[in-house]
Amino acid sequence: MIGNKKDFWDRITSIKREIIFTIIGIVVIVPILLGIKEEVQISPPVKSAYEAIESLDPTDVILISIDYDPASMPELQPMLKAILSHAFRKDIKVIMMVFWPLGLPIGTEGLGEVANEYGKVYGEDYINLGYRPGDRAVMIDMGREIRHFFRSDVNDILLDTYPMMRDIHNYNDIALIVGLEAGRFGEFWIQYVGSRYNQRIILGVTGVMAAETYPYLQSGQIEGLIGGLKGAAEYETLIEKPGFGLTGMAAQSWAHIAIVIFIIIGNIGYFMTRRKERRVRIKGRKE
Amino acid sequence: MKKRIPLVITFITGFIIIVSFFIPHRPFGQLETETLIWYAIIFAFTLIIGVDSLVRLHVRQIRRRKKGWWYSIVFFAGFFYCLTIGIISIIRTPNPFQPGTAFFYGYETILIPLQSTMFALLAFFVASASYRAFRARNIDATLLLIAAVIVMLGRVPAGYKLWHRLPAIADWIFDVLQIGAMRGILIGVALGAVAMSLRLILGIERTYLS
Repeated sequence: MIGNKKDFWDRITSIKREIIFTIIGIVVIVPILLGIKEEVQISPPVKSAYEAIESLDPTDVILISIDYDPASMPELQPMLKAILSHAFRKDIKVIMMVFWPLGLPIGTEGLGEVANEYGKVYGEDYINLGYRPGDRAVMIDMGREIRHFFRSDVNDILLDTYPMMRDIHNYNDIALIVGLEAGRFGEFWIQYVGSRYNQRIILGVTGVMAAETYPYLQSGQIEGLIGGLKGAAEYETLIEKPGFGLTGMAAQSWAHIAIVIFIIIGNIGYFMTRRKERRVRIKGRKE
Repeated sequence: MKKRIPLVITFITGFIIIVSFFIPHRPFGQLETETLIWYAIIFAFTLIIGVDSLVRLHVRQIRRRKKGWWYSIVFFAGFFYCLTIGIISIIRTPNPFQPGTAFFYGYETILIPLQSTMFALLAFFVASASYRAFRARNIDATLLLIAAVIVMLGRVPAGYKLWHRLPAIADWIFDVLQIGAMRGILIGVALGAVAMSLRLILGIERTYLS
């Protein structure tokens, strides 16, 4: 910048926020509106999560914990639907419970939608226990008897009235826990249930949480990890049922490219401006 | 006495939780569950304190006509709306989140769009912040910049199309470099938590009493 006059390089180092926002808005909205689906490569953590469910028998029961709310819905809801589709396709029974109160409606909606699609019967093939406060107390006590905290389901009907629940009492009767996490409850599942009851666990987490959850996967404390929208897209690919995960991946792909282009432009501008300033300084010294 | 009773309660509860982790059988297992239930109950009371503090803050904002005071009116509108329809829905049905209830209507038409919007805004701010912050000013910043670009591209299908080895490099950064650093942070945090817990249980750390 010479005086107050900005040249080309100055301008590209300080692109207005509004322009960046508009471009990001376009690259996110267009692929979703067009319904573009991109092919994703399957990563080992998601493959492990898939195999954990694939290894179960039709008589087995999985417990899905909804530990997220609408803010994380775009990433975690596709995972929920993909996992439910996989489980119901294999005739695995599903118990759903909620630790985030605002996750209850979205969990219920997802469970109902996929169960209807596969013609599953409530109380025989799946059950919704609803929300209970007390997180760690609930987790620990469910190892003794689920009914200590969940005497009834989400509709306030006693659990024993459902045929599916008659022989299910604690973690011994649950083959696998699937935690869909937007907060710290995934760690609680690992620390309080995985280590104490030797329970098999897979986690689905938001993209930003994937980094801190990886060590648990490497140490074998969880069997599989589905990270962010990409994880959801990979799971959809594995079960061969494209959904929002794959559509969202196209938007994410385009957005990442846009961000990388912005970073490159910013750096080119930065180096050119520095070079120019250096030249001006040298010229000034010579004068 | 005022200080001794909380110290004794802290010591007993801390002791129960630690022992029950290693001996989860009776009576420790049972005591642990009871303690955690108490924790949940006390936590519920802290929510009341939170609400009280929030209401006081916004009342003050409106009274003093501070900058943006009308946002406080929006807060009160939302607060009383949720409170009223929440109570009505709980009286009418065991599950206020059931479709058809007024609470569910508010949840579906107000809360979901608002929360989703707030989260979606992150994408825009991340883009803007990345553009401004990721400048190769020195070697550290350059390494961070390179790692960020590789991970950003390697984690999306476009990265694979650009160069088929990019996802593998991104996975390596995640599996080796990132996990090493993250594990160090996690162990550090855990050790800090253990040290602080011991100080609390043994009554060395007493700042929470003041």
